[in-house]
Amino acid sequence: MAPSKSTAQTPATSPPRKGKLGPMARREARLALWMLAPTFLIVMGIVLFPLLANFWISVKPVTLSDLRPPTPVVSERVRGDFEIAGQEFEIQYRLRNSSRDGDITDVVLTDTLPAGITVIDPGDVCTVTGAEVRCTLDGLPAGERTRLKMTAVSDESFAANPVSPRDSEPTITGTSDNILTNSEFTLDNFARIFDSHEFWSVLWVTITYTVFGTLGALVLGLFAAQMLNKPFAGRSIIRGLFLFPYVAPVIAVAFTWVILLDPFNGTFNAILQRMNIADEGVNFFGQRDIPIDVFGLTIDFPLALATVIAFEAWRYFPLSFLFILARMQSISSDMYEAAEVDGATPLQQFWHISLPQLLGILSTLFLLRFIWTFNKFDDIFLLTGGAAGTRTLTVDVYEQGFALSNLGAGAAVAVAIFILLLVFAVFYFKFVHREDS
Amino acid sequence: MRIGTGLLLGLLTGLLWGTIAVALTGISLTLITGLPATPIISAGALGGAVNAAIILLRAPADRTPGLYLVAFAGVIIAMMLVSFGAPFSLAFSESSLIQAFGVGLIALAVTFANRAVLIDIQSGMLKRYAIDLVIVRTLKGFGFVFFSVIVILPFYVMVMTSLKNQQDLFLNPLDLSIDLTQGAASLFDSYVELFTKFNFGRFLLISTIVSVSTVLITLAFSIPGAYAVARLKFPGQTVLSSSILLIYLVPMIVLVIPLYAVFSQLGLRNTVVGLLIVYPATTVPVALYMLQGYFRGLPAELEEAGLMDGLSRLGVIWKITLPLALPALASVSLYVFMIAWNEFLFAFMFLDDPDIFTLSRGVVSLNSSEVPRQHLMAGAVIATVPILVIFLWFERFLVQGLTAGSVKG
Repeated sequence: MAPSKSTAQTPATSPPRKGKLGPMARREARLALWMLAPTFLIVMGIVLFPLLANFWISVKPVTLSDLRPPTPVVSERVRGDFEIAGQEFEIQYRLRNSSRDGDITDVVLTDTLPAGITVIDPGDVCTVTGAEVRCTLDGLPAGERTRLKMTAVSDESFAANPVSPRDSEPTITGTSDNILTNSEFTLDNFARIFDSHEFWSVLWVTITYTVFGTLGALVLGLFAAQMLNKPFAGRSIIRGLFLFPYVAPVIAVAFTWVILLDPFNGTFNAILQRMNIADEGVNFFGQRDIPIDVFGLTIDFPLALATVIAFEAWRYFPLSFLFILARMQSISSDMYEAAEVDGATPLQQFWHISLPQLLGILSTLFLLRFIWTFNKFDDIFLLTGGAAGTRTLTVDVYEQGFALSNLGAGAAVAVAIFILLLVFAVFYFKFVHREDS
Repeated sequence: MRIGTGLLLGLLTGLLWGTIAVALTGISLTLITGLPATPIISAGALGGAVNAAIILLRAPADRTPGLYLVAFAGVIIAMMLVSFGAPFSLAFSESSLIQAFGVGLIALAVTFANRAVLIDIQSGMLKRYAIDLVIVRTLKGFGFVFFSVIVILPFYVMVMTSLKNQQDLFLNPLDLSIDLTQGAASLFDSYVELFTKFNFGRFLLISTIVSVSTVLITLAFSIPGAYAVARLKFPGQTVLSSSILLIYLVPMIVLVIPLYAVFSQLGLRNTVVGLLIVYPATTVPVALYMLQGYFRGLPAELEEAGLMDGLSRLGVIWKITLPLALPALASVSLYVFMIAWNEFLFAFMFLDDPDIFTLSRGVVSLNSSEVPRQHLMAGAVIATVPILVIFLWFERFLVQGLTAGSVKG
């Protein structure tokens, strides 16, 4: 993607010497670079950098709580009567490390004393210059609390108009080790996700979901496109209606499905019971398996997964519908007329004319939708939260990284997703290139 | 009447239409009026078959309106006989007008469907062409019913649930009828509550600000980029224009953890600015791709003339290219607006502060056992209505945008 690298494709109009651009061409290239710079920057920063950073995090023992680095906390106390001139009193700084497992080094505390107070004994770590107090500690180990004490005395002018030394807030700084940037690495995250039996079942669910969700959306889309291919009154209204599931926010349609299919008082279950199809409410999103008798053979049908796949097909059929319809409109009617003359039946016309013409768009749609379904997170997360045997890899990233607060393990799952995706992408480009040639 | 495959197919499609009509009408009656109707499927199926048989009595050329009228009556008589006068398992004295309307509707629908399918079909042995024709017509008709139901039912339930109250919903989940006598105030109770107690007015505002800003930022970034890719010659041009869509195959969930970590440390996580950095990053590549395709299609001569007349490149873009590309800009804007408005993942991960919730994030916060479900559905309606209104208003542009850019979803 680096534009400065490949100079081979400068067109024939540029100067004959290869690799050298004329001044005009160079100016044009520079202008192009400037115009593309914002896009480059934002894509680098928000897409490519996180992709790399994800690999980095996946080999780090980092949890959600590590994102709040250990910070030193200080509170100031005064013991004794500072309002009486000449009376000794004690100023205490109570220091605390906010984190239970991160050390802080180079702790520096600074404070300003009110005028008229003289420190007699600044203690071991503090120095007083004028009104400024400065205390330095080498380190504050995890969970540690410590007190710094100073003995001070106030003079007449202060006693006449006393202000508490606590009125000036002490400031404290320290350096802590940031787990994200230090050089501590581990392979535990990968060991954890690959060792668990769960990972392989999650992978299996992901592949099932992706394959059937994609096929479902394609088949429904093809069916819908066939219906709307020939013009009739109200076609554009129907087309608009069919796009609703896709245009509406995922949040709205997902919750609607959850409420529609509610086992206790969902409308769909009530319809099933009213029609005597089901005896009691079926928990579509909550039941992992449902036994089904097929010729005396009982098989466990993965109900929740099938329902999620149905949602996927329902929500995304409009997209394939739109593409297939656009392609079908561009097939010339001559072919159908010729076939009609030759006595080909409608089904034969579909099978021998439409389908071969649609093969290109169908395979492209299949590959694109396959990858997008594979990447899909929102739908399953909102419908089931990954329960009842519907946890896919993308939901697993959330589960590991945020529900179990182990960012490193979540990133490791994300790396697995990315690598699988690379495999698909390589396949995709091989396939598309074959299509072209 | 001759007996052959025509009659057999006719009876089968009649059965199918009868079944669909009686089931749909029964359920619709229940959903719309709240009557506890259980349609007798066998009655409808038989009615449909009788209807088809009557139509097939005569050859296609001899079918008169009278025949169809007889077929229409045939459905009603058959249904009444089979169901002992109660096709919806209700005594006929109960809401007899509505029931009569339902039966009439079924008979009408079945007659029309059978007429459409069997219009040029006779009852004797059929050629393969005619058999296919019947199958294709039946499938098409079934498709219309099927798709209409699966698309309309969820949206209907969404709107109606939002207008009911908790008690009614638990009492009879099938009864989605609305009591219009209760007055607008109690009808729109959930909406009033969302806007007064749940801060939905603010969510609506934030969503609008975020979506519009995302559109503006995306255009500001992608217009110059698209122009450069389409018109200017620079090394790596072809590689760039073919690889820009690769960004589209990157799963958002892979970006979430690093962005969460980095944005947390930079203090950008729980802010609108954070969203406005992330959203354009996901929309700029495809906007650039769509726009450069359109720019390429514009006549280059106009721009060259502009350059000759002393306009700068930026002047050419501003005064010549953009006005010509207005339709494409509209498509891209609508599509980006839709993506930003519907975005859930980053809004959910980044926003904790109810003061800056987008609508998506706000609706998720309603999904708890303490909030009644009609509130959740009202929230869903509030999130859906603006985008659907925009979609219907500008359908042409949005459909172009969807097909040109192959929207990610």
